[in-house]
Amino acid sequence: MTFAGWALILGFTAILLLLTKPVGAWLFALYEGRRTPLHLVLGPVERGFYKLAGIDPDAEQSWRRYALHMLLFNFVLMAFTYAVLRLQGVLPGNPQGLAGLSPHLAFNTAVSFTTNTNWQSYGGESTMSNLSQMLGLTIHNFLSAATGIALAFALFRGFARRSTATIGNFWADATRVTLYLLLPACILYTLFLIASGVPQTMAGVVDVTTLEGAKQSLLLGPVASQEAIKMLGTNGGGFFNANSAHPFENPTALTNLVQMLSIFVVGFGLTWTFGKAVGNTRQGWAILSAMVILFLAGVTVTYWQEAAGNPVLHGLGVAGGNMEGKEVRFGIAASALFSVVTTAASCGAVNAMHDSFTALGGMIPLFNMQLGEVVIGGVGAGIYGFLLFAILAVFVAGLMVGRTPEYVGKKIEAREVKLAVLAIAVLPLMILGLAALSSVLEQGLAGPLNKGPHGFSEILYAFTSAVANNGSAFAGLTANTPYYNGLLGVAMWVGRFFIIVPMLAIAGSLASKKYVPESAGSFPTTGPLWVGLLVGIVLILGGLTFLPSLALGPIADHLAMIRGQLS
Amino acid sequence: MNKDITSALRPAIVMTLLFAALLGIAYPFAMTGLGQLLFPTQANGSLIRDRAGTVIGSSVVGQAFASDRYFRTRPSAAGKGYDGLASSGSNLGPASQALVDRVKADVTAQRAAGVAAPLPADLVTASGSGLDPDLSPAAALTQAPRIAKVRGLSEPAVRALVARHTETSLLGDPHVNVLALNRALDQLGR
Repeated sequence: MTFAGWALILGFTAILLLLTKPVGAWLFALYEGRRTPLHLVLGPVERGFYKLAGIDPDAEQSWRRYALHMLLFNFVLMAFTYAVLRLQGVLPGNPQGLAGLSPHLAFNTAVSFTTNTNWQSYGGESTMSNLSQMLGLTIHNFLSAATGIALAFALFRGFARRSTATIGNFWADATRVTLYLLLPACILYTLFLIASGVPQTMAGVVDVTTLEGAKQSLLLGPVASQEAIKMLGTNGGGFFNANSAHPFENPTALTNLVQMLSIFVVGFGLTWTFGKAVGNTRQGWAILSAMVILFLAGVTVTYWQEAAGNPVLHGLGVAGGNMEGKEVRFGIAASALFSVVTTAASCGAVNAMHDSFTALGGMIPLFNMQLGEVVIGGVGAGIYGFLLFAILAVFVAGLMVGRTPEYVGKKIEAREVKLAVLAIAVLPLMILGLAALSSVLEQGLAGPLNKGPHGFSEILYAFTSAVANNGSAFAGLTANTPYYNGLLGVAMWVGRFFIIVPMLAIAGSLASKKYVPESAGSFPTTGPLWVGLLVGIVLILGGLTFLPSLALGPIADHLAMIRGQLS
Repeated sequence: MNKDITSALRPAIVMTLLFAALLGIAYPFAMTGLGQLLFPTQANGSLIRDRAGTVIGSSVVGQAFASDRYFRTRPSAAGKGYDGLASSGSNLGPASQALVDRVKADVTAQRAAGVAAPLPADLVTASGSGLDPDLSPAAALTQAPRIAKVRGLSEPAVRALVARHTETSLLGDPHVNVLALNRALDQLGR
C-alpha cells in the first residue's frame, strides 16, 4: 500500500461527500416535481410524452397501482429488447454483420438489462451490433436507473406523507429523473469521455498494420454514449467484453476516477434527498455515515490484499502486488478501489478482472453484493435496500431496550417488519439455493474455468451477482449455456422485483400512518449509536448467512494460496 | 384488476417506444455528431497513421511486439494475444496451476534473456483487457540492455528514452505507452 494509493481512496471519498448535498438537492427538486432550469428545453418533451401516452402526471397512485405500472413498463421494455436482440441479423446498424442472438442468450440479456444487472453472458464485440448496443441496451441503462430512483422516491413518500393512500405517480417520477437528471448529465459526460479517447462513431472495425507488420483489428462504435449512462445509472454492461478495463472504454487514470465517482454520485445524493424528504437532513447523513464506514472497511481489505500480492508468484521470483488481470495505467490502488465501488453499488462494471484477484481481495466484492448492495448501492436500489435494514434496526433496537420502534416519525409495526424480512430473505434463499444446485448438477459444474475452491467461487459469484443485480463476474465461468442463461435470468428477475414489491407495500403501509412526533421514548436515529447499530445489523442480518459459503470459496482459496497448494 | 392492467398497457407501450426513440436513437446519434465535430481524432479511435497513411495502431490500445528490436508488451489473454475483437483477461485464480505454469515459463524466458529477479509484476502477468497499451517504467527498463545491444545504442540513451515517455498521474500508476516508446525508438534509428 502506498501513500498515493490512500490519497486516491480518501480524496475520492471526500469529493463524493462534497457532491452529496448539491446532487441530493437536485434530486429533491425532482422528487417534489419542482420546475428546474432544464424545463425550459425539456419541458415540452416531457409534456409531449405524457400526452402521447395518455398519462396524467398529477394522478396520484396507490402502492399497488404504482407497482403495476412499474412492472408492466419493465415487462414491455424487456420484450422490446428481446425482440431487438433476436432480430439483430435483419436490422440495420450492424457493420460486422452479426447474427441474431440465441433465445436463451437474448432472454438472459433482456432480463439482465431490464433489472439494472447488466450481467453479460456474451462478449460485446463479438455479439452485439451497434443498433443492439444503442436501441436494445442503452435505453435500459437509462430506464432501469430511472425506475430505481422512482422507487426510492416512492418509499421516501411513504415515510414523509401522513395518513394518505398514495405514494406518487410512477410515470412522472421515472420521466423526470430521465429527462432532468440522467440525460443531460450523460450528454456532458459523453463529451468528456470522447475528448479523453473513448470512440463515438457508427463505424465498425478498423484494420491496423502494427509496427511489426502484423494485422490487428480494432472495433469502434457508439461507445462513449453508452459508457456514460453505464456508469451513472450503475448498470455496468460494457460495450466490450473487458468492460472498463478496455482502453476504449476507460483510456486514462482520469476517466477511471470519473467513472468511479459517477457510480456513486447518485447514491450519495439520494441519502441527502431522503433526509430532506423526511424533514431532517441529519437522518440522511446518519445513513450515509454507516454506508461509508462499510465501504472504507471493504476498500481497506481489498487494497491491502492486492498490494500484498500473490505469494505463489512471489515464490517464482515476481515482485510486487497482484497485477494479473489489472491494467498498468490504473495500478493496484485504483483497481482495488474500483472493484469495491462497483460491487458496493450495483454497478458491476470492472476495470480489472475480479476472477484473478487474490482470494480475500476478491472476497470483498462478493461480500459487498451479498450484503444486498446497500453500501451506497445502486441508484435508488441502494437507499431503498438500506431503509429495509433501517426498519429492522429500529425493530431490533426496540426489542433490546423495550421501546416502541419508530423511524423518522412513523411507527414500525409487525406488517413492515414482516415485509422487510421477506424482501431481505430473497437474497440468501436465491443465492445459496442456486449456487448449491449448480455445484452438484453436471450442467452447473461444466461452467467454471478454475478448479478447486476457486471454481466454487466462480459459481457463487455468478448467482450472487445475478440476484443482487450487480452484473460483475468471476468471468472465467462459461455462462453462455441454456442452463446458466436461464437460471441466472430467473435469479436476476426475482432478485429485482421480489424485493421491490414488498418494499412498495411498505411504502404504502407507511404512507397511510399518522405522524408520531419524537418523544423521550423514541430511539434516536441520528447519532453514532444508531450508525453503529446500522452497521451491525447490515453485517449480521445481511452477511452472516453467507459466511459458510465464503469459507468454502474464497477462504479455502486463500489458505490454498498461502500454502502454495495449486489446483 | 383486469381493467387496471389494460389501462396501464397504453402508457407502458407508448413510453417504451418514445424512450427508445429518444435514448436509443436520438441520443447516441446526436452524441456521435457532436463527437465527430468536436473531437474527430478521439471519436474515431485515436488512430495513428504512418507517412503513407496506413493505420499502424491506436494511441490508447496496446498491440503485440515479438521482435528483440522493440519493447515487448505484457502477456495478453485477448484471443491469441492483443486481439482487438476479443478483449479479455486470463481469469485464472491466484492459486491456479495454469497461471503458475504460464508465469513460470515467462520468468524462465526472462532469466534466460539475462533479466535479474525479482521481476516487475506487470512484465509476466496478463492485463484485464488483453489490450493494455502500457508497461510500468520498471518493466520497460528491464528490456533496456537488450534493446541497446540489438540496436547498437548506448544503454543510458535507451533508459533516458523510457524516462522521457513515462507518464505519471496522481490517479493511477506511472506508465509508459509501449507503441509511442517503440516509435520513438525507430526515430532514434538503427
